Amino acid sequence: MAVLIDERTRLLVQGLTGREGAFHARQAVEYGTRVVGGVTPGKGGTTHEGLPVFDTVARAVRETGADASVVFVPPAVAADAVMEAADAGIGLVVCITEGIPTLDMMRALAFIGERDCRLVGPNCPGLISPGRAKAGIIPGHICREGRVGIVSKSGTLTYEAIQQLTRLGLGQTTCIGIGGDPLIGTTFIDALRLFEADPATDAVVLIGEIGGAAEEEAAAFVRDDVSKPVVGFIAGQTAPPGRRMGHAGAIISGGQGTAAEKMAALSSAGVAVVRSPSDIGAAVAAAIPTAS
Amino acid sequence: MKIHEYQAKALLAHHDVAVPRGEPAFSAPEAGAVARRLGGRVVVKAQIHAGGRGKGGGVKVAGDAAEAERIAGEILGMTLVTPQTGPGGRIVRRLLVEEALDVATELYLGVLVDRSAGRPVMMASASGGMDIEAVAAATPEAIHRVHVHPGLGLAPFQARRLAHAVGLTGPAARDAAAIMSRAWDAFTASDASLVEINPLVVTAAGAALALDAKVTLDDNALYRHADLADLRDPAEEEPLETEASRHALNYIRLDGNIGCMVNGAGLAMATMDIIKLSGGEPANFLDVGGGANADQIRNAFRILLSDAQVRAVLINIFGGILRCDVLAAGVIAAVRELGVEVPVVIRMEGTNVEEGRRMLDESGLNFTTADTMGEAARQVVAVAGRASAP
Repeated sequence: MAVLIDERTRLLVQGLTGREGAFHARQAVEYGTRVVGGVTPGKGGTTHEGLPVFDTVARAVRETGADASVVFVPPAVAADAVMEAADAGIGLVVCITEGIPTLDMMRALAFIGERDCRLVGPNCPGLISPGRAKAGIIPGHICREGRVGIVSKSGTLTYEAIQQLTRLGLGQTTCIGIGGDPLIGTTFIDALRLFEADPATDAVVLIGEIGGAAEEEAAAFVRDDVSKPVVGFIAGQTAPPGRRMGHAGAIISGGQGTAAEKMAALSSAGVAVVRSPSDIGAAVAAAIPTAS
Repeated sequence: MKIHEYQAKALLAHHDVAVPRGEPAFSAPEAGAVARRLGGRVVVKAQIHAGGRGKGGGVKVAGDAAEAERIAGEILGMTLVTPQTGPGGRIVRRLLVEEALDVATELYLGVLVDRSAGRPVMMASASGGMDIEAVAAATPEAIHRVHVHPGLGLAPFQARRLAHAVGLTGPAARDAAAIMSRAWDAFTASDASLVEINPLVVTAAGAALALDAKVTLDDNALYRHADLADLRDPAEEEPLETEASRHALNYIRLDGNIGCMVNGAGLAMATMDIIKLSGGEPANFLDVGGGANADQIRNAFRILLSDAQVRAVLINIFGGILRCDVLAAGVIAAVRELGVEVPVVIRMEGTNVEEGRRMLDESGLNFTTADTMGEAARQVVAVAGRASAP
């Protein structure tokens, strides 16, 4: 079992004919993901990476039965691509694109909120259910099938956590990169709810960072609604206030959104918070001793 | 991107928000000339990208043009220290000279994105002219909020409700509601992440206007606002950070002596954190992005070594699909070309990692390789300590 994506997912790649889209579509196919086609306006009817290309998502859905899509298009047109997928009936849209204007994303979120669609991202590494399927850029070879769920705002820091688990023999059910932008689709709480309900997931790793209040909101949810062990790490314990640390959403403003506040909130909710990023794997092993 | 008060006011005025009459000035004689044109009492305001200017001595009233010129001479060139500038302060290079007004009421108005709600929120308070975060902490009930539908925009009734909530009535309420609608227009039209009018004042004569203004623009949307992108003031930025952004690197200078080069923002923050936990102090945040090619690595080395405090460098690259032999070749070339003398500790992950390590070990250069982040942090803290020892 896994959440959000598995071997039955029929995945579409929006921006398949671009460099990133083509590369990661190939990686997804090699990983065993059922990639059914791509969308690039103006290139419908051609094939790319051995996959059929369509002009519109609506057409692609009609012809391939796609039920998920991964978006690799440039930031100026990415919010539009997300809305197009939602409007075509795609139930899961994973947006990798970084640098989307905030107001574009705000309108897209309002639009997809009126449809039966879940957005993951933007500005995220996407999803992987080890041994089953992936949508995004998380490298498959560092993952291993298992019973730990991961939800994270980060990209490479997520890889770090995955690798620590894998080296300890702890595999993953699904790894969800929710992204580092101020406005995102799937939140920590959404991911925690999925992992709590998934019988194959025994424990959850939550990787947050400075900025906003999503970690505090997640802490309240863990306290009230999560029975499984949760291990947490917050990046940016040494970040100066008022500076945007790479991710658009990673900023301590007006004294709000510090790592210390988030770590305290998570700890008091029963999350095993580690101070060092190199202790994530060991903390999970300690939380579920029988699994290792 | 931050812009100056006078630029924010021009942007608001473009959307028909009433602002005091005034002009920017870059020298004392220019400030005197602006004051003469305005006539009467004026306010001379230092223009820096930080708040709290009044308390730091950067805002002064002048009775006439001669006094305005004298005050301008005092403020220009001064290092203004406010709670927001940090102890180093900022040098004042620009002024805003504007008419002095008789203020009857001071209010707060702000538009920003509510991350939790996923929508913009307009906030208003009768406690104007104060630090809004202090108001929020002490008397949260004094701040009134309306969430704005991203597609429909601010409805007129929402603006009226806010104006009445902060205690306005009659023509002043009508004028303030109009300013709210126009501030919303300015927010969306310029792709702002913050529009703040603090204070929004009602004068003794009953006119509502923006006495101070702060606008922050969404960097991701600047591509479609060439006119606004031109408002950037490089003098307000750390030169190394500007240089880094030209090479698509994300660099923020800090106070420590261990330079870091990392791919990915989250891992870069976590690398700073683990250096600190290991007893060291990071000299910078530096995200080289996902690709980390040879050019990026050379530019990254050049920038982080421009900081004379750096005694050792930690490179932490989680390549995933990146080839470590290619990465190692890039690091070796950059270190040779730039004549890097400080010790370099490298932790890398990815394809061909053994080959990459062998290349580094056999290069004859001052490299240490590490298997894990924890080991890399301990090693770099140790070598930085030895390098700083007298």
